[in-house]
Amino acid sequence: MSPRPVLVELAVQFALLSVMAVGGVIAVVPEMHKTVVDIHQWMSSEAFATAWALAQAAPGPGVIVVTLIGWHVAGAVGAIVATVAVCTPSFVITYGISRLWSRYSQHEWYKVFERGIVPITVGLILSGGVVLTTAAASSWATYGVVAATVAFGLLSRASPLIALAAAAVIGLLGLL
Amino acid sequence: MGSVQQQKQVSVFDLFIAFASIGLIGFGGVMPWVRWMIVERRRWLSEKEFLDVLALSQFLPGGNVMNIAVCVGSRFAGFAGALASLTGLVLAPALIVIMLGVVYSNFAHVPAVQGMIRGVSAAAAGLVIAMGIRFILPLRRNPRALLFVGATAVAAAGWQIPLIWILVSLLPLSMLTGWFFRR
Repeated sequence: MSPRPVLVELAVQFALLSVMAVGGVIAVVPEMHKTVVDIHQWMSSEAFATAWALAQAAPGPGVIVVTLIGWHVAGAVGAIVATVAVCTPSFVITYGISRLWSRYSQHEWYKVFERGIVPITVGLILSGGVVLTTAAASSWATYGVVAATVAFGLLSRASPLIALAAAAVIGLLGLL
Repeated sequence: MGSVQQQKQVSVFDLFIAFASIGLIGFGGVMPWVRWMIVERRRWLSEKEFLDVLALSQFLPGGNVMNIAVCVGSRFAGFAGALASLTGLVLAPALIVIMLGVVYSNFAHVPAVQGMIRGVSAAAAGLVIAMGIRFILPLRRNPRALLFVGATAVAAAGWQIPLIWILVSLLPLSMLTGWFFRR
């Protein structure tokens, strides 16, 4: 099997991830990490965590982490290919289904599906958190920041940006 | 079906502008802003209609907010509306995140910047864990759901089983048991 050109591979991988993203982009973080870091070795685990962090610091939907990964792999063209690849399948599926939806939304099978999918999504989010922690934390101090942010996220209803900003200041002061 | 006739007139341009503004102001999670823009600011959908769109968007693959953009766009202006909404939502944030990436890589050698990004990366990871734990809380009296949360987390993070195998094995099992133990 000859290796495909990197842009084709980028498009295929992100389109596949998009199709599997039931419960949102955050549910495919573990799979994205495996694809980008372990299988294709497009970036280091640390660079992956950095891309995720930059996407969190930017406004807009979380999916734009993919734009940054595409940029990292193949510059401007990579960014465009990755972004279009991740948008297209969900666009096609959602556009198609939304035309039929109103007739089915009250049906029992939706509740069955929801009861089934919620635990899987929550499990995937937790493992995404573990994967990102492993990628981002390199010292006791950074694990401390992770733990403090978990506590913040659980106990406070304030904007998550406050936690990101506080962690940025701590890091800027050279404490990490 | 009278409500369909009363639907508001929303142009492709309106849709693009509305979702582009959501993309630009949506720091730290876009979802609350989408609801505010569509239901309160523009009054394109009622709270109930928005919940229906939200349920559909969560059920379909891909980013939830992206799916909402496509649903709302196609509802008011067909294919062009769906395309305009999604493009509006993604375009500006994609450009901004690339600018951030470029700025970061130019200063990546500065120790203070490295420290800053270490902090932000760790905090961003912590926020994901906190979100997962928050979602567990409503399930805490539901052993079946907790079992599947645990199994999925161990399979994905512990054993690194490919997502597709989790989706074809644990998801049907979870739906089946959820249906079997329904109240």
